[in-house]
This record gives sequence, C-alpha cells and structure tokens, in this order.
Amino acid sequence: MANPALFGRRRSPLQDHDAALVRGAVAGPRGVTLKEIPHLAQITLRGDADDADFIGAVRAALGFELPLAANTVAVSGDVSALWLGPDEWLVVGAPDSETDLSIRLNGTLKGQHVLVVDVTANRTVLELSGPSGRGVLEKACGLDLRPRAFKPGQCAQTNLARTVGILELGQSGAWRIYVRNSFALYLADWLLDAMAEYAIDAAL
Amino acid sequence: MTGHRLPSGGRIDRARPLSFRFAGRRYQGFAGDTLASALIANDALLVGRSFKYHRPRGIYAAGAEEPNALVQLGAGAYSEPNARATQVELYDGLTADAVNAWPSLEWDLGALTGLVSGLFVAGFYYKTFMWPRAFWNRVYEPAIRRMAGLGKAPREADPDLYDKVHVHADVLVAGSGPAGLAAALAAARAGADVLIADEQAELGGSLLAARGTLDAWLRATLDELRGMPNVRLLPRTTVFGYYDHNYLCLLERRTDHLGPAAPAGLSRQRLWHVRARQVVLATGAHERPLVFAGNDRPGVMLAGAVSTYINRYAAVPGKRAVVFANNDGAYRTALDLAEAGAQVLAVVDPRESSPGDLPAQVRARGIEILNGQAVAAATGGKRLEAVSIGPLGGGAARGVACDLLAVSGGWSPVVHLFSQSQGKLRWDEAKSCFVPGTAAQAQRSVGAANGTFALGAALAEGLNAGAEAAKDVGFGGWRAPEPPIVDDPKEAPPHPLWQVPGAEGRGKSFVDFQNDVTASDLRLAAREGFESVEHLKRYTTTGMATDQGKTSNVNALAILSDATGRAIPATGTTTFRAPYTPVTYGAMAGRDRGDRLDPIRVTPIHSWHVARGAAFEDVGQWKRPWYYPQGGEDMHAAVRREAKAVRTSLGVLDASTLGKIDVRGPDAAEFLDRVYTNGFRKLGVGRCRYGLMCRDDGMVFDDGVTTRLADDHFFMTTTTGGAARVLEWLEEWLQTEWPHMKVYLTSVTEQWATVSFAGPRAGDVLRELAPAVAVDEESFPFLSMREGVVAGLLARIFRISFTGEPSYEVNVPSHHGLALWEAVMAAGEKHGITPYGTEAMHVLRAEKGFIIVGQETDGTVTPLDLGMDWIVSKQKDFLGKRSFARPDTSRADRKQLVGLLPADPAEVLPEGAQLVWDAAESPVRMVGHVTSSYWSPNLGRGFALALVKGGRDHHGKTILAPLAGKTVAARIVAPNFLDEGGKPLHG
Repeated sequence: MANPALFGRRRSPLQDHDAALVRGAVAGPRGVTLKEIPHLAQITLRGDADDADFIGAVRAALGFELPLAANTVAVSGDVSALWLGPDEWLVVGAPDSETDLSIRLNGTLKGQHVLVVDVTANRTVLELSGPSGRGVLEKACGLDLRPRAFKPGQCAQTNLARTVGILELGQSGAWRIYVRNSFALYLADWLLDAMAEYAIDAAL
Repeated sequence: MTGHRLPSGGRIDRARPLSFRFAGRRYQGFAGDTLASALIANDALLVGRSFKYHRPRGIYAAGAEEPNALVQLGAGAYSEPNARATQVELYDGLTADAVNAWPSLEWDLGALTGLVSGLFVAGFYYKTFMWPRAFWNRVYEPAIRRMAGLGKAPREADPDLYDKVHVHADVLVAGSGPAGLAAALAAARAGADVLIADEQAELGGSLLAARGTLDAWLRATLDELRGMPNVRLLPRTTVFGYYDHNYLCLLERRTDHLGPAAPAGLSRQRLWHVRARQVVLATGAHERPLVFAGNDRPGVMLAGAVSTYINRYAAVPGKRAVVFANNDGAYRTALDLAEAGAQVLAVVDPRESSPGDLPAQVRARGIEILNGQAVAAATGGKRLEAVSIGPLGGGAARGVACDLLAVSGGWSPVVHLFSQSQGKLRWDEAKSCFVPGTAAQAQRSVGAANGTFALGAALAEGLNAGAEAAKDVGFGGWRAPEPPIVDDPKEAPPHPLWQVPGAEGRGKSFVDFQNDVTASDLRLAAREGFESVEHLKRYTTTGMATDQGKTSNVNALAILSDATGRAIPATGTTTFRAPYTPVTYGAMAGRDRGDRLDPIRVTPIHSWHVARGAAFEDVGQWKRPWYYPQGGEDMHAAVRREAKAVRTSLGVLDASTLGKIDVRGPDAAEFLDRVYTNGFRKLGVGRCRYGLMCRDDGMVFDDGVTTRLADDHFFMTTTTGGAARVLEWLEEWLQTEWPHMKVYLTSVTEQWATVSFAGPRAGDVLRELAPAVAVDEESFPFLSMREGVVAGLLARIFRISFTGEPSYEVNVPSHHGLALWEAVMAAGEKHGITPYGTEAMHVLRAEKGFIIVGQETDGTVTPLDLGMDWIVSKQKDFLGKRSFARPDTSRADRKQLVGLLPADPAEVLPEGAQLVWDAAESPVRMVGHVTSSYWSPNLGRGFALALVKGGRDHHGKTILAPLAGKTVAARIVAPNFLDEGGKPLHG
C-alpha cells in the first residue's frame, strides 16, 4: 500500500524537540530520561474475543495469542498486542511494518466482522526510563504504579496530566506512553517539567 | 533560668542561632524553634489583635489549634496571610507581622471598638447595620471590612512552584505520635506498604514534648522505619482531607522551613493524593480552654502548650504561674514549670479533691492545690497581671498576681478526619469528649484521637491497629510487637466545667478566640431561638474561623446544651469539613498553570502556521490559525483578503482538527441511518453525504460529512469540538441500546491530516499534484471521494465544500501533513494561493448560510428551526425523531434561522446582540439574537445570521438591535447571501 520512498518525508510530533528532551535528561541514581520513539506501526484491532475463529485468525496472522486478560500485553519479537478493552487491542510493530501487519490481519480475518485500522499516524510513543521514572509518572497519573501493582507486561489507558494515553511497562522497566499526536508536545513538556526537580541535588 | 530560655534541654539546636523580625523588631531564636516558641523565649507573647474587638492577644497553643497567633509571613509576592506562628518553623531572616493591628501591634486604634462592644453581640451583622439600608454598602460594610479583617492576600502572582503526586499505600497513618508510630511499625513489620504523615517538622508527636520517658523507643522506632523500603515517612505533611473510598489528601510543606534558602526549582508545597487500602488515624487530641472573664489575656495559655514550650523548646512562657485545670494531666504542667524554675503559685482545681498520682507529686513539691475553686477572672492589658480565684460555689475571692495562667478544660480527640470520612461520633460521658463511634470506611482510630489518653494504652492500641490493618490487606501471620513498658500515673476522672459560674458580668468570657465569640453571645443566641447547633454556629460565627473551632467547638456546644437544658449528645455537633488546616491555592493548582492550565493541541502543520505569523484561535483545546496577517494588516484586513482570495482564486485551510471516526461492520449503514437525521443506506461507495445528528430531545448535536469507503465501511467526520463527545454518544448507543448491531467504531481523528484548498483554481492544483487522478466533473463529481497519490503521498481526496467554492479536502496520514501542505502551497503559488484561517472560513460559510454547530445552535435548536427540513427523513426512524412530534418543536414562534442585512452596509452587528421589533416598548420583548456576524468582502457589506422568533415569516421586514448608544436596523432575509455562481443575492 504505502510507498517506502515517501517515508523520508514523515515527521513525528516531537522531531523538532530533540534538544529539549536531551536537555531534560537527568543522570545518576535519581536519573530519568524522556525520549520519543517515533513511527511505531500501530493497528487498532477490534473483534469478538469469545469467537474462536477470530482468535485463531489473529494467531495465524501474528504468530502469538492475543492477550485476553485486562491490561496485559503479549509480545513476540518486534510485535506486541496491548489489551485495551474486552473487544479492542492495539497491535504494535517496528516502524514501517504497519502495511505488512494490516495485510496479514486483513488476510486471515477476511469475511469476519472485525475492525482493522492503521493508526500508526494517530499517536506517537514517549519512553520514560530511569530510577525516577515512576516518581515522574506519579505526578501525572492516579493509577497504582507500585511494582507490586503494575508489572512489566502490563498496560493501561489512563489520564496523564490533563490528557489521556496508554501506559505500558516494558520488561526493561522503562515506561512507554502512547499519546495522540496533538497532545504529544503538551505531555512531553509536562513530563520534562516534572523531571526537572530530580536534577536538583537537595536533601529534603 | 536566664530570661525565658532554659540554658539546656529541649530539642532546639543552640549551635545554630537564627535571627528574625516580628512586628518590626529583631529577635534571636534557634534552629528547631517555631516562630511562636522563639517569641516566647524572647518574652514576646503579644502577637496580634482580635478579629472584632481588637483585644490584645497572645500565643495560646503550640500547634494547629492555635486561635490567636496568626501572622502575616514574609513580604511582597511571597507573603502569606494568617500563618499560625505555632506552626511556622523558624529560619534565618524570617520576617513576620501581626495581623489586624493598625497602626501597630502595641498601639492599635481599632481597640476603641472594645469600648463600643455592645454593637458586636451575636448576630451583629444582622442587627446593628440594618438601618438605614443604604448605609450597608457605602458605610457599614467597608468600615467593618477594614477593621475586622485578618491577614492580607498578596496582589502579585505567586512566584513559588507547587506540584502534586498520586500514590497508593496499603496503610496510611495520619499522625506520628506514640500511637501512630506504633501502628506504622506494626504494619510495616508485617510487610505492608506504609505511609506515615505528620504535620510537624519532627516525627514523634506528644513524645517530643514529654520529659524523657520514651526517648530511646522513639529513636529506635524512627531508625527502623527509615530503614524499611516499604515505609514512606512524610514530616511537615498534613492529612487535611478524607474522602470516599479511603481517598485522602495531604499537604507537604517541602521548602517553607528553608525560607529564602530554598533551592530553586523545587516545589514549595506538594499536594499528595493518596489512595489507601487501610487508614489509621492517630491525630491526637486538642486541649480545651476554660471559659471565664478575661480568659483571652496574653499570658493565659493551654497547659499542654506551656509544657510543650518548656520541654521541647526550652522556652518558659512565664515566671509567676498559676495552673487552672479540671483534670489530672495538667498537673504535669505545674511540675514542668517548677522544674524549669518558674514559681508555681497554685493549682486551681474545681474538683473537690484530686487524689491522683500527679497531684500527689505536685503536693510533694510544696505547690498549693486549691480544690473546689476556680479562676473567675483574669486581668491585665497586653499581658496578664493577676487572676481572681474563689470557691466554685461562690464566696470570697482573692487576687493573685501572676504573668502566666496555664489552663486545661480537658481534651478533645482530633476527630476531624474521622468525621470527614463519614464516621459517626459518640459522646463519652466519663471522658467528657466526643470519640470516634462507628467508622464508615476501612479505618481505625488510635491513641488520643480515639480517647485513649494514657500513653501505655495508646501504644498498645497503635500496635494492634497497625497489625490488624496489615492483616486486612493480606499481611497477616504477624503478631503485634510488644509495647514498651510505660508507667502511667493513676488519674482521677476529669470534671467538666464548661463555664466558670459567676464569671459573667466581670468581663468577656471568650469561647471562640479567633472569631471573638463570647459565652454571653452563645447564651443570647440560644435565648433568641437559635437552638440548633447549626443555627448557633452561623448566627454567632462560632467555629467558623480558619481554626475551624479546634479549641472552641466543644465548649460552645456544652454552653448551648446548658442554655437549652439538653444533654450534649442531644445537642449534636456541627460537621467537620476539609481542609483540617488551610491549604494554599497554589498547591491545588500544582503545575497546571500558565501554558499547562489546559493542554494545547496542535496539528502536524502547526510549525508552518507559526513560522507564517498566524494569529491563533482556541477551538476547544486546539490552536487553529485564525488569520495570517501580512505586512502590518489588522485582523479585518487579513480576513477580507483571505475571504476574497477563496472566492476569486485559491485559498488553503488546515482542517486537520476535524473529528474522524472509522465505522465498520455489516450493520454500519443501518447504524448511521439511526444516528443521522438523513439516510445513508443508499449512499454509493465512494460517495459523501452531509449529515446532521440530533440528541434524543431533537436538538441539533453535531454535523459533518460521512463517506462510504465500502459496503460495510464508512468514514465519518465530526465538528472539531464535538469529536470526543460524538464518539462517546455513538458508543453509548451501541453498547447500551443496540448491542446486537454489528458495528465497530474507532477514532482516527489524528491519523489523518486534512488540507482543504478551495476556490476557482482548486481543480488546477489537484490536477498538478495528482496527475493520475481524473479531476473532471464526470469522473470526480461533487460529494465523492477518490483514493490516489497526491504530491507523491497516498491520500484520500474528498470533493466537498464548506465555502460554496470548488474545493478538495485531501487527507494523508498525519506524519505527512506538513509535506502535503508545503506541496499544495508550492503548486498554488502561481494562482496566488492564500492560506486562510478560521475567521475567513466562518465568513465564507456564513455567506452561503452554512451553520456551525455551537454557533447557530446552542442545544435548543432543531433542524427545522434552521430551515434544514430537507435533511430530516420522513421515511426512517432516527435519534430525536420522536421529539419532532412534540407540540413545542412545531410552535410557530420558535426561533428560526434568518439572514440579516444591516440598513447601513458599513455596520457589523455584534454577535450575541438581542433583537427586538420595537425598541420603545417597555418592557421590551426580545425576539431573537445574532448568532454570526461578519464583514463580507464578497458582498461589500456587513451581514449576519440570527435566530428570530417565527423568523421565516418575516423575510423582508426590518428588525432592531438596540446597542449601547445606538439602535441598528437590519432587514431580515433568507440565510443565503450568494447565488449558485457565487454572486451576491441581496446586493
């Protein structure tokens, strides 16, 4: 479908803001870093989780089982699937794989009542990492983010500052935040502001 | 003792002297002092003037319950009104001023009101200033406001930072006294995540003011808690609100104690939102004053506070002291005073005897105990000079010269948070106080907060509660740790004494010090019929000051109960409300100030608009280009130029903000038929249709163009502001009313960037950018969509128009939006392509009479009111249809959409202007209002859209808009100002 030659003209919401992201990084034992992971392939998938044909067809397309437990993520290689609702998932892949993922899903799901929509350009992804990552998120988010409650491999759709996003905790301990493009600059600015105090060496 | 500071002892750091100013004078204190303790050490007890009578007032308490020692802290933008000196940690260079004193603390003119105090009785607002009525606004109120104010809010913007965090805990412990620490220790050892907060700088609560007994236990417990990864200790943090589902709010003062030395970039205060699975309330108790004449003289202090100042701060508030108490506990203060070298002249105890251990120790020190007696009056001016002591039952009184009177009327558990959590209070007759009764949430009260005043019992209760709380959240299998051994003295029960008999007539007996409410005010109110505690509170203002009556509520209630002859439990209590102590607005706002007040949403093309110098309009949270001024143009000139360019050549608009919803499934067409007023089932693949949505009340809700991409697949657009609520509305119907329908929806608003170019040259641009797309009328008719490559980008091209001009809306994935925009600008250059903003877009659509939902509609307008019956299907059912059968929606005098042409073509009516037929009528009948109004460069005149009662029957008539200073006449016309060829219809 898409012509890879055109991708050179793609722009991500934060691509002009690299300097601010770099400047905002905090090193050390209280460190925290924010960066953009642009252009991850994203497909919204909706279908009936109780329908074995649907589950089977998705397995055939992706090579792994869709997660059926609320707010969990299934991963295989570069591709992951985030549970967003009882009949809704976000399939995420490496940049430029959205066409391939769409073709595979549309192929095995042909004839079923499902929705497969390329939403690669709908959101960008922020990655928040470092020992103070959770502390920064606790300023923006009311969910229980304690390690006991929010484990690697979990995700949630939630309020973040005054916008909404999808939060995913990776196996590395870094947080991924899927945020709609128009809010990306606002949220990045908000998080950078929340990170600033960790650069101040003060014993309170 | 040298001066009022002891040479050793206390928890102050004598190696770190600090200098500060209060009311213009320089003083010295030490690290570890509060402003109040440092003032006491300097024998500067007088700290302010009272609210109504401007009576001199001194430091009265040692904590959050302080009613008198309110100060204006700091200066300029950093100034904070009504800070409690008892809670302000001293720092070097601190400056503070007295409040409510003018011209100065020592010589206050307002004190003259004391001479006419008959004016200020209960309900004085309602009585004294009733007549003449006109005097209220001009004379009485301004005068009262000047005299009876406390601190002043700074006028400058707050330069400090504030922030918020949200955390979850297994067990939240409010208060770090012995019971709270014990609870935290037990819960933490069991493995629970524990958060313990205390409003003071140092954890330890009452142990910090006790002489010695548990110092080692306190140190060991704090060390252990600090070393546990599952424990968070929050000193300087007040738990101020307790809401549903164990949701509590805490205010942490992070840098207040550092003053100007606070590091830049750290928040001054932090608001904690805590969701706790279990809560332990260990909030302690407040001592009650005794009510007698002159009980507010500086030098009258709560006994517990006197002990605190001596033991914790090594500051002795007086040298010749009398203790007046109805309970054994206050005898400790007599011992503390004697230990500190003060002369204790007597302990006055209204009880007939005091057989407990502490009175025995007092007696053993040779201090006189006067049983069955009371202090009936205290005299003095800016400092206590003497008290009058006499038998309780009446008889000869004697005067005793003294400079300190330590009083104790018993203790009230701090049940504020318990009560906020909807727990029910219970009156404990033996202890003479309200204690927590039935809890409403997963919560336990322990220690003094639970009426368990003895130290040993409080510790045991805390340990048990901590272990039980942990067990309830899955950390069982642990036994509560053994409490430390405490040798509690044997105590005789207290005897309530709510007001000293015979004191009335000898001067004012204050109950609420901060609001200057006396016992006789309360009794007068009761005589006047204000017998309900809620009425009494509002009528007399007792308990309504910023201290929320922490020292006064129970005394006021007891006096009311006495005056009305009811028992205290039958009298009831007022409701405790958050916040427990005042919270700054800054903390509530957190970081959501300035640009972060609300998210700013931008399109992928935003940077281009900014570079082009666009002025922006806020549409919902979006920043949309409003107009693009060139070379010093004002808004009107820019809009005229832009609107003209679209009609004559070519304009381009960033329409990326339109809401977009992907609709898919075998029932998609049927679903659209139900939610739009018009039909979509017969729409051909690749064709577009404008649709109108109504709510079930028949009122217009949203509009937009929907395109059929395949038999079972539609692409819906919504208004910019309506995107989220339309998706919610549709999902609600699918999930709750029509779950059998096979339709899936998903928002793709931000997947697509939309570049809309319009004007006679629009086709030329598309032809150039999309050579493979047939652009002729037959292959690509109006209201159709083609997929193709535009400027090398995969695109959906919609031939739709919101301007009346030939127009194409090209959608590309949003990461290509800027590339497409730049390509369109380049291709359009030879046609003089003109980027236009929302204002020109509004002018252009209004010239065609196209509505904007939210501008021509306001939730009370039907499609028929808008003259859009052509879009309302007679054949099928749809949301809102049944409402059109209501008589109200077919009234002939409903407001209907019309066009207006002002008689003077140069006139542009203001939007929102009211419209009347006869401006001379009185009262004038308002028959409509202007919804949109612009200057049109294409018509060469001002024009407007309006809603007018029965408007369609009045085409051709003249209607009037009475404005400030003039009345504008306008002719009513059909709401379309251009013909098919774009030529003006109404000239």
